[in-house]
Amino acid sequence: MSLAAVILSLLLSPLLLSVINRSKALLAGRRGAPVLQPYFDLVRLLKKGAVYSDVSAGLVQLAPVCNLAALMLCALLVPLGPLPALVHFQGDFILLAYLMGLGRFVTMLGALDTGSSFEGMGASREAFFAALAEPAFFLAMAGLAKMTNCQSLTGMLQTISIQHWQHNAPSLLLILVAFFLVFLAENARIPVDDPTTHLELTMIHEVMILDHSGPDLAMIEYGVALKIWLMAAIAASILVPPGTNPLWLLLFLVLMALIGGLVGLVESSMARLRLIRVPQLLIGAGVFAGLALFLEFVQ
Amino acid sequence: MLTLMSLLLFLLVLTNLTLLGSSRLAFCIRTVALQGVVLGLIPLVGLQPLSLQHGLLSLTAIVLKGGVFPWLLLRSLQVARVKREVEPFIGFNVSLSIGFFALISSVVFASKLPFGDNKDSLIIALALFTMITGLLLLISRRKALSMVLGYLVLENGIYGLGAVVADHIPMVVEFGVLLDVWVAVFGMGIAIYQINREFDHTDVDRLTELRG
Repeated sequence: MSLAAVILSLLLSPLLLSVINRSKALLAGRRGAPVLQPYFDLVRLLKKGAVYSDVSAGLVQLAPVCNLAALMLCALLVPLGPLPALVHFQGDFILLAYLMGLGRFVTMLGALDTGSSFEGMGASREAFFAALAEPAFFLAMAGLAKMTNCQSLTGMLQTISIQHWQHNAPSLLLILVAFFLVFLAENARIPVDDPTTHLELTMIHEVMILDHSGPDLAMIEYGVALKIWLMAAIAASILVPPGTNPLWLLLFLVLMALIGGLVGLVESSMARLRLIRVPQLLIGAGVFAGLALFLEFVQ
Repeated sequence: MLTLMSLLLFLLVLTNLTLLGSSRLAFCIRTVALQGVVLGLIPLVGLQPLSLQHGLLSLTAIVLKGGVFPWLLLRSLQVARVKREVEPFIGFNVSLSIGFFALISSVVFASKLPFGDNKDSLIIALALFTMITGLLLLISRRKALSMVLGYLVLENGIYGLGAVVADHIPMVVEFGVLLDVWVAVFGMGIAIYQINREFDHTDVDRLTELRG
């Protein structure tokens, strides 16, 4: 039963990317790519060969594998609505944060290893913004832990109920907003980073993977999809009432699609922030999450 | 249960943090107006039983702070042709962080004050926080209009404090304060216009050699 969450995550994660792309296409008045396009892309990339830079020391080849491995481990820790995570213990959200950090770290090493100055620039930006997103993430998690008196991700997310929404609506809303901003920053979406841009001077995540090709790129793209899925799952779990009713799972999946649609809406309706404004957004997220934690202590 | 009161207090905190973090002056003016309305509503919601005088005072405050002040300030904004606070003395990130710590310390401080019950102490804490925000805006911003906003936020905080101890303060004092603020905002609007006409900027740090 608990294996179901992991299998669902691994299978369905590219679908969320396609929901985001679909909603963007709809809002722009286009028809959009087929729903299964991310899967086709992955298969296409897996069939290709890879090209490596002459100056690399091999980290370029190692990075996508390590990144994907770290993110798949994350999938073991995140519950999907009514389905508990396969592994849960006290403080597992810290492991989750640092597994994602590990994935980011090896991606940055791989980017530096290609010897391209642009990729180094992207890696430096990624490190900076991730450092700012981390306090916001932990403050949001601490707020949830204080509210629910649980220390594991599964415990926290499955304890939140209608009662919490009645009594602690402001702090839950603040946590949701803070978490959504961290979600946008961590997954390199607009307004922090534009996933479709290929102008080296402005991009963050895309510039780090410029020199990856073939199966390596497939692993990175799959990792991107998995990360979006997992973080959206945490956000959706805050909204879904607990219980083992299979209907809740359906509701949960609909909520995930709605979050995808929201990301699409944000991407269609606003421009990327200037790089110097991004820290302000993330510090704002940190202040929101801190305020939520503070509200929990005051009550 | 989530009450209207806690929603108002929550809005108060959010408006303060928004003011500390945003640079567009027109947006800041509207935020201060919203804050004034929220503070005007607090005695209406919180004071039981509500006397006619206090209702009148709240209504006057709401009309002044939510309608007249923003109108005056937006007009002088148009005249002065400034859109945003470009480089404040204390950056937005730092002032946002300072604001967060000010919030925590004002709650700790208010809990030590010998005032009524728990809910009153929260209102006092947030009123203190509003005053600190106003002071911070006053000292850290460069445009003259931002300083007017800081002054208004400071006054909002004082009004919030007054809302808690409203039974003990004579009406005349409260109305007097409101009149003072009105005259001040009126005067400062004219002053900004004059400064702008003489010097084609309203940066306060370049007004050091202004002599009468």
